[in-house]
Amino acid sequence: MVDILIEVRFHGRGGQGVVTAADILAVAGFKEGYWTLSFPMFGAEKRGTPVVSYLRLSDRQIVERDEIYNPDYVVVLDPTVIGPVRVEAGIKENGMIIANYPKTAEELRKEHFSNLNSSVKVLTINATRMAMEILGRPITNTAMVGAFAGATKLIKLSTLKETVFEWFERKGEELANKNVEIVEKAYKEMEGKV
Amino acid sequence: MVRKVVRGFYAVAHAVKLCRPNVICAYPITPQTEIVENLAAMYANGELENCEYITAESEFGAASILVGASATGARTFTATCSQGLILMSEVLWNAAGMRLPIVMVIANRSLSAPLSIWNDHQDSMAMRDACIMQVYVENNQEAHDMIPQAYKIAENRDVMLPFMVCMDGYKLTHAYEPVDLLDQETVDKFLPPYDPPIKLTTKDPLTFGCYAPPHCYMEFRVVMQRAMERAKKVMEDVFEEWAGLTGRNWGGLIATDHMEDAEVAVVAMGSVVGLVRDVVEEMRKEGKKVGLVKIRSFRPFPVEDLRKALKDVERIVVFERAVSFGHEGPVAMELKSALFGHSDAKVYSFAVGLGGRDIPKQLVRKCIEKSEEIEPGFYFEGVKDFEEVIV
Repeated sequence: MVDILIEVRFHGRGGQGVVTAADILAVAGFKEGYWTLSFPMFGAEKRGTPVVSYLRLSDRQIVERDEIYNPDYVVVLDPTVIGPVRVEAGIKENGMIIANYPKTAEELRKEHFSNLNSSVKVLTINATRMAMEILGRPITNTAMVGAFAGATKLIKLSTLKETVFEWFERKGEELANKNVEIVEKAYKEMEGKV
Repeated sequence: MVRKVVRGFYAVAHAVKLCRPNVICAYPITPQTEIVENLAAMYANGELENCEYITAESEFGAASILVGASATGARTFTATCSQGLILMSEVLWNAAGMRLPIVMVIANRSLSAPLSIWNDHQDSMAMRDACIMQVYVENNQEAHDMIPQAYKIAENRDVMLPFMVCMDGYKLTHAYEPVDLLDQETVDKFLPPYDPPIKLTTKDPLTFGCYAPPHCYMEFRVVMQRAMERAKKVMEDVFEEWAGLTGRNWGGLIATDHMEDAEVAVVAMGSVVGLVRDVVEEMRKEGKKVGLVKIRSFRPFPVEDLRKALKDVERIVVFERAVSFGHEGPVAMELKSALFGHSDAKVYSFAVGLGGRDIPKQLVRKCIEKSEEIEPGFYFEGVKDFEEVIV
């Protein structure tokens, strides 16, 4: 046992599927052989308010149920929470921020993370546009789940596609397929950026 | 048995279904709601045979309906928390006095005011004296496993009392994690159908909870206390049987780690136990003689087990998730009363994580280390500096 503990924090706004993003990855991570734990930090439970959720992946049973203060990865589902919420708070050295942002990673770093340790990698993807094109709604969780997997390679694309399909199947096959399409597109786009 | 990543709600609902309840009655309240939502879906899908699902108009109504149902010999289930539990409380004292083995899950949540939907143990602690068994669980596997065990203990003829499975709201209820889900065959083998010694029928009318004048009321209280005392042995037997059946041994009324030569004992209940165990392991590796006592059963209170486990320690650090205002933390209160005359250990009671305030690892460690330097007593930890305003 090598005692791996990977900690991921998700930021976004109520209604974008911030909680679901962590939950999907908990299921997919388990399929990849990790022990997983995901949980939300609910605030006002209203559409539009900042929401945080957490994911831990490990090679052992996870007993840490406290909030994540020093994440390895930060995933941002909504560009407008960057600033009002210090999404980068406590990120580890050599950590990674994967953000839904309409501009390049360099621009994001300059605009919001100028004091960030240079070992922290910043990656951006226009997930809102991707969601609008494919889903017709600005729900960015599946795009960001795909982006996370593509950037980190912690979860195989095939495993993630299967998990996302199963997750959305109960809401109809068409929606499930569209979300799988987003996952694949975001995964591949990120793969090229790392 | 299949291992699946599920949410705490589902882990509970799935186990309840396998126990073949006859009446489920509830009123929604966060963070419990999805437990009964899952059960309502199972009911609507025809997965619950010989079962009625009733949505009540309030928690008071839900508990009342279950009192009636349980008295007829039905296996019953409800889930609630916080204000909902407090609203049920009048009825629950009746359920205990009538010796009705209603099983309920408490998704532990703080009490108003101020309004908070987040987790602590103030709600179930308020029911401490009601003659209802209370077991606190550490993770969703233990919550899942406790449901069939709760029925078996509650319905034992030596016990016949209501049972609360207390699981931390959000921290457990909303968490996705891997759980080994039980199958019907295993639960059927373990849990016989409910067969009460007496029950309400139209053919043979009885009165439950009737008028008890001073010449007989006290004897009812005596037998309730005796039932609670007998419950300890029943619990131990059921826990042992469960470990044999599933291979998952959660311990007895308490579970201990590194207590053989411990000088400092850390006492905790609920979902924080995993983290506390981690800190204890860490401190052990540094050569510090620290041990963990996880209290599983708060009612009945494991007096004998605690006396035995804590007989040689110098200091006891208690993590409290509730306050008995005007005195101190309820766990330390009970613990000190159990140890009086049996131990000279100094007891440090730390209230942490009230109203869902996070309990990070450093805070746990800080409390344990702080006990070396301060007087025994009751402390709030993880509190911001503030100025009191007295109007």
